[in-house]
Parts: sequence; structure tokens; C-alpha cells
Amino acid sequence: MIKFFRRDDLLIAFLFCGFCLATGLVNPAFFSVGTVFDLVRTAIVPAIFALAVLVVLVSGGIDVSFTAIAVLAMYASVKIVLALGLGENIIFAFVIAALIGLCLGLINGFFIGTLRLPTLIVTLGTLSIYRAFLLTFVGASLVSNLPSGMRDFAKTNILKVELADGAIYTLPAAFLIVAGLALMIFFLLNKTVLGRSIFALGGSAIAAERVGINVAKMQYFIYGLVGAISGVAGIVHAAMTRVGNPFDLVGLELSVIAAVVLGGARINGGHGTVFGTLLGVALVSVMNNTLIMWGVPSTWQNVVIGLMILIGTGVPALRQRRKALA
Amino acid sequence: MNNSAFNSTKIIEIIKQSNLAKLVLIDIVLFVAMSLLIPGLFLSSGNMSSMAVQFPGFGLLALAMMLPMITGGIDLSVIGLSNVSAILATLLLHNLVRPSEDISSIIIVEVLLAIALALVVGVAGGIINGFIIAYIGVSPILATLATGLIYTGLAVVITGGSAVTGLPEAFGWIGNGTLFFIPIPVIVFILAAISLSYILSQTAFGAKSYLFGANAIASRFAGIDNAVVTIKTYTVSGLYAAISGLIIAARANSAKADYGSSYLLLAILICVLGGVNPAGGAGRVAGVVLAVLALQFLSSGLNLLGVNNFATELVWGVVLIFTMVVNQSALTLRK
Repeated sequence: MIKFFRRDDLLIAFLFCGFCLATGLVNPAFFSVGTVFDLVRTAIVPAIFALAVLVVLVSGGIDVSFTAIAVLAMYASVKIVLALGLGENIIFAFVIAALIGLCLGLINGFFIGTLRLPTLIVTLGTLSIYRAFLLTFVGASLVSNLPSGMRDFAKTNILKVELADGAIYTLPAAFLIVAGLALMIFFLLNKTVLGRSIFALGGSAIAAERVGINVAKMQYFIYGLVGAISGVAGIVHAAMTRVGNPFDLVGLELSVIAAVVLGGARINGGHGTVFGTLLGVALVSVMNNTLIMWGVPSTWQNVVIGLMILIGTGVPALRQRRKALA
Repeated sequence: MNNSAFNSTKIIEIIKQSNLAKLVLIDIVLFVAMSLLIPGLFLSSGNMSSMAVQFPGFGLLALAMMLPMITGGIDLSVIGLSNVSAILATLLLHNLVRPSEDISSIIIVEVLLAIALALVVGVAGGIINGFIIAYIGVSPILATLATGLIYTGLAVVITGGSAVTGLPEAFGWIGNGTLFFIPIPVIVFILAAISLSYILSQTAFGAKSYLFGANAIASRFAGIDNAVVTIKTYTVSGLYAAISGLIIAARANSAKADYGSSYLLLAILICVLGGVNPAGGAGRVAGVVLAVLALQFLSSGLNLLGVNNFATELVWGVVLIFTMVVNQSALTLRK
């Protein structure tokens, strides 16, 4: 089994390296410090989302409402922080957004865990409810003067590289959040009983229940966690784009799920790694940003991502099928 | 209901038992409530005719979504497929029809060609979906998510993101014309619903798709070729998506890659509301049609009441989850 995991990871690693190499051959400008920093910067928010989605996919569910949770939590917490005058320190924004996200996630958890409704349909419903709630009752206008704590956060860099030609590249502090979260999810999934139960749940919900796992409780935990992480992602996104835009983020959910699936997580549950997920995000991010280098108009973006999902899910599916027949 | 000839307790019993009766009741309540809330306007001929041309577009998408859901799958590519087939058809028309051409018989042939092209594209897209799901073994959600991105992507690539316009009047007639005072889209919708109902209830393929949706392993051991059922399912879905694309394009007299993007949630909502079980194995066309009407009454009413589009979407989401909760608790109670 372990070999099989590795082979799935390997496929995506090959795809990623092949794509980078090919891009570099077409356009040597690709191999530069600047490209790496730019790609890391654009991949930060998708990576945070992807780590949350990984947990859901491993559990055998799917969540498409996380972008709506993120944007609602972000916008509401920015308003709250501004109203209460807590803007000095970004911690407040993070905590409030995570709490709002947690509550919204727990609502998903209630429908999925307690009422046992299908995950896709529940989260499709809450996706439109959360977003419509934000735009109808919370606000639909841009917040351009973000709290000072968020502005400072966006300016904070953990690494600064100055090249010979004077160009300056920076690694934003938000990268630490991705790194910390990746370690946390890795630890959760691989080193805790809770994490192993999530895999068990994804493998077979009935079997998991028989061995004494409280499935409803697990669902609350999973969707609450996704909500909280999404809230944090919302704040990071607003800080990095320097604006609180209530129309942002929603619409991103499918490409995030695509990235996680490309990274080897299976939509039927029970499979998925943090490393593969980050590779999947990197691949989608590289593709999105280098199509122009290939001379492919950006209008082809959706087609390329769609084809990548088909390859990324089709090859393992065929492999599995051949194995089942053999 | 206060008619003494009816036994009211018996009617209540029927409504409790039958999903269809429940939907008829919902339709009547919504219609009466909206007529009373918005006196004059809701019952005006203007509102009636605008409702009549609106619902066939998303109603056909709901029918396209229905068959995959009965088999326990889902088709997230219906919007993309509907747009790409409409775009190819309208582009063909745009390039074929010359302004100087006024011989109507030629234009009619050209419109028929365009319709045929759209249907072929829909069927082809559906076969691709079915093949990926049945023979490669990708789950329906992911397969149609990917192909949906590809179809929408192709629509963007072909048009560069802008709308296809400059279509002949004969094409617009499909969306805005009437036949014996009935709008053409309504006629198309009725024909489509009747044929789907026939397929589901009268053909072997229909029976097989219910069985496959209820229990795929049992249906395989019953000697049913699940792969063939899957491919047929998504092919029919693609065909219906293409018809919906034609209707939407004809009504707007243009085609664009992002038309109907909010209809995906609506199509799933309608199926669920109409009694299609997302886990597969159950669902009737009559239920879906009644749900389409309910949604049209609701959205027209809210629109006339001055509720903004976002709040309407909020209502849709709440209705979707509420219906699921009610259906689920009915199931658990029966157990």
C-alpha cells in the first residue's frame, strides 16, 4: 500500500518537474529567483485552503463552501476589528475570523454529522447562503483602509533577496502560516488517533462506526476545522491584496479542490498526503502563471486545469482498475 | 379544500404520503401567496409571459441534472456544455447567414443546421463524460468538474470571452416566439419533460438506471452493463444541456461563455426539491417539473417584491437545505 501512495505522489512530482523544465526550455526567464518568489506568493492562499480541503477529502466528504466562509469571516472580522478599535494587532483579526469560520463550519457539521445529509449538496447550499448573507446583510462595499495590523502584516517579510540588477524579492510572513499549518495538518493526520480516525472514516464510514468512532463528532471536528482555517485564509488574502473585497475568493473553490485531487487525495476518501497536496497547489499555481510564457493565451487556463484534473485522477483510477482486474 | 365533497382528512393523508401531492400543494401555496402579496402585478399578463420564457432555460438544465442524479452520480458540466453548444451553434449561424439573404427557406435550413450542431456537441460532450466515468473510473463529481472546466474553457477560448451576437430573427423565434399562444420554450420544455418521463418509466434503459442508482453492485450481478447505462445517462444529460443552451441563447439572442453560471446550484436544488434522491435510485420527472414551477413562482415573486438577487440566492440555499432536512427526517422516521 505504501508503495502505491508513493507512486501517486511520484506522478504529480513528475508532472510538476516536467512542466517546470518544459517552461524553462520554452522561456529561460522562468528559471529565476523572481519566478520562485512570485509563485510562492500567489500560492499562499490556495495552499491554506488546500490543506483544509485535504482533511475533508481524506474523510470521504467534500466542501465547496470554504471560500464563502473565508470571505464572510474576513469581511465581518475586519468590520468588527475596525469598530472595536483592535486594528493594531493582527492577532485579533485572525482570532475573530477563525471563530466566525469555526461557527460557520460547525453549521456545515450539524447538517452533515447530525442530520447525515450529503456533503456536496449541503456545502453547495451553504456556499450560496454564506455569500448571499454577506452581500445582503453584512456589506457589499470594499473596505480599502484595512486595520493597521493587517497592513503591517502584509509588509512584514521573513526573507529579502536583492539581486545584482537591483531587483528586490521578498518572502511574505504569510508563508510561515502555510508552513505552520502544513506541519499541523501533517501531525494531525499521521500522528494522532484523531487523524487516523479521519482516514478510517474516509475508508469506510460504516466500518469506522463499528470500531467505535463517533462519526457525527468527527464530522463536526472536520468541518469546524475547515471553517476556522478558511477564516484565517480570508484574513491572509485581504492583508496580501490590501483590500477587504466581499466579492473575492468565491469561485476559487473548484480550482483548490482540483489542486488537492491532483496531489493524490481521492474524492472517495481515505487517501491523501500533505506533501502531495502542496505539490498539487504548486502545479496549479505554476500552470496558472506560466501559460503566458508558453505563448498560450490565458483564456486556455480552464481547459488546461480541466485536462490536468482528468490526467491526475484518470491515471490512478486506471491503475487501480487494472490492479483490481489482475 | 373546504369543499364539502372532499374528505379533508383523506386529502391531508394523501399529501403526507405522496411527494408529488406535497409539491402540488407547495406550488399552489406559493402561487396564491405571491398573487395576494403582490396584487395585480404577479397575475399580470406581463409577469405570466416573462415567467413562461424564464423557466424552460433552467428547467431543462434541471432535467439534464436529473438522470445522472438518479444513477447516483452528478453532472457538474451541464452549464459548460450548454454554453459551448450554444456558442458553436450561434457562431455557425453568425458566419452562415448573410445580411443580404432574405430567402427565408435558406435561413430556416441554416437555423436547423445550427440546432443540429448544438445537439451533436451536447451528445458528444455527454459521451465524453460517460466514457471517463464508466471506462476510466473517475468519480462523476471529479470527471464532470474537470470536463465542465474544459467545456467552459473552450467556450471562452472560442469567443475570447465576449458574446456572440448578430443572429437572424428566425433563431430568436425559438426563444421568443409563440405557437398557438404558447411560448416556444414552454413547448420545448414540455416535450423534453414528456420524453424524459417516457425514457425513465417505459424503457429498459430507464429501469436499469434506477436499479444502477439504487445499488450498482446488485445491478451488475443482475446482468446489467453498468458502463453502458452510465454512458447513456450522461449522453442524455448532455443532449438536454444542449437544448437548454439553445433556448437560453435564443431568448437572449446571443450566446456567451458565462451565461447561466448561477443555474448549477438551481438545477441541483430543483432535483432535490423535486424528490430526486442524490444518493441515486429515486426521482420522477413530474416532481422535477413541479419543483421548476415552484422555483419560478418564488423567484418571480421575490423579484417583484424588490428583493435583490443576493437575497434570492440566500432563499434558494435555505430552501435546498430545508428540503434535504425534511426528506431526510421523513426517511429516518419511516425506518
